[in-house]
Amino acid sequence: MSLAANTSGNRMALTGNESVAFAMKQINPDVVAAYPITPQTEIVQIFSSYVADGDVDTVFERVESEHSAMSAVVGAAAAGARSMTATSANGLALMWEVLYIAASNRLPIVMPVVNRALSGPINIHCDHSDTMGARDSGWIQLYSETAQEAYDNTLQAIRIAEHPDVELPVMVCQDGFIISHALDNLYTLDDAEVQGFIGSRTPTYSLLDVDNPATFGPLDLQDWYFEHKRQQAEGMKNALDVIPAVAEEYGKLSGRDYGFFEEYMMDDADIVMMVIGSTAGTAKDVVDAMREEGHKVGLLKIRVFRPLPVAQLVRALRGKKAVAIMDRAESFAASGGPLYKEIRSALFDCEKAPMTSNYIYGLGGRDIGPEDLRKVFEQSLAAAKAGHVEQPVTYLGVRE
Amino acid sequence: MTNSESRGCEKWETPSPDATWRDVPRGGVIPRGGNAAEYETGDWRSSRPVYDGEVCIQCRLCWIYCPDSAIATNEEGEVTGIDYDHCKGCGICAVECPKDGAMVMVAEEL
Repeated sequence: MSLAANTSGNRMALTGNESVAFAMKQINPDVVAAYPITPQTEIVQIFSSYVADGDVDTVFERVESEHSAMSAVVGAAAAGARSMTATSANGLALMWEVLYIAASNRLPIVMPVVNRALSGPINIHCDHSDTMGARDSGWIQLYSETAQEAYDNTLQAIRIAEHPDVELPVMVCQDGFIISHALDNLYTLDDAEVQGFIGSRTPTYSLLDVDNPATFGPLDLQDWYFEHKRQQAEGMKNALDVIPAVAEEYGKLSGRDYGFFEEYMMDDADIVMMVIGSTAGTAKDVVDAMREEGHKVGLLKIRVFRPLPVAQLVRALRGKKAVAIMDRAESFAASGGPLYKEIRSALFDCEKAPMTSNYIYGLGGRDIGPEDLRKVFEQSLAAAKAGHVEQPVTYLGVRE
Repeated sequence: MTNSESRGCEKWETPSPDATWRDVPRGGVIPRGGNAAEYETGDWRSSRPVYDGEVCIQCRLCWIYCPDSAIATNEEGEVTGIDYDHCKGCGICAVECPKDGAMVMVAEEL
């Protein structure tokens, strides 16, 4: 997100969870299914007070598990309702089966996810193992660096999910505790502006449209299943056109501009760090400090991981000397983390591709400081000078 | 919509053999009700209920219990036989039938 001079709205002090709950209040969804899990609990808890106070018209379903939460919003979305739920970590894991059904039934559910390490060992703190594990479930994934971005992404997610060329569910991710529980200073829109921006949902099919009865989720075997999967892939591809269009409209309304990714000091950078989520804030400070020392370093922060904007990423990285790809998740492939794999693959056909290295960091909420990120830049500078990467995959901040 | 799949159409029919992924309704939805009758599930059977109208007392428990709609009835609602295109041979009708010999399960010859 880049803040234009004309950024507008109401200044509020909110945590990441509060900002998302507030966005949900302004969205006023038809149905919210709620089940608590740390560190997401506050989102549905705060939203339940909006329900109790009559601030929203939402049907608020307290369900008995995350599997039921996702199932409930699948049914509600199929009925034509604008439907939301929220989760973290093991809650997302329990939704797994139904995540795929939501996506393949083309149901535009929007779900804030507060990133937390998957068990075990049991851990409640931030990493991206939960949503990275769900990266092939067919959901669009937007990641947020700050509470402001979590708020803005939540509103844009409604428009992206419900766009007739897309009709896919969206996860709006923010880092557990680091963002979800930290107070931030942000701008919000007026209720009427939000309603004007999101409009109303017009579903292609609706269970409640009794004049046009339809069968949802029928058996689909060797004859047509493949065609429906091909359609689904097209919806994700179409999102590459829809996401920037929605962002442009949102930018005009809010003064805050969003791309597939944010580029920080990238124009003349030789060395690039690629990162997702709150660590980008620390990394920008490190970039500033190293720039003052005369190093041509820059930062690329991923906002949209699904769909992966390959062409745009390749354009941004072409001609750079080295890219350090930061993964806050281990994929146990014995060959690097998920972002690394995808970026390395994207760069394979790139002329003048930079050399790449992977840093797995911050698992289970392990703190990452400027000195850690400086080390990454220094190793990348050395690799660029030497012409080869000494160690492709490094565990950053672990006791060696 | 350009370069994208069909959102389905109001007058939907079973896709023709030369239909592509662009032509079928999105999300596997069948935008038409009552279509289960077109899906013949009778070939799943390993045994079949055989109905004897001479013994039947028209209690209609078989019709009530059938988990499909495979008990055939006339306009008065009286049981007339079995819809073998849809009967999967579960045998519930024969178990529930209170009259010996009115509904008997017989193994299908394979």
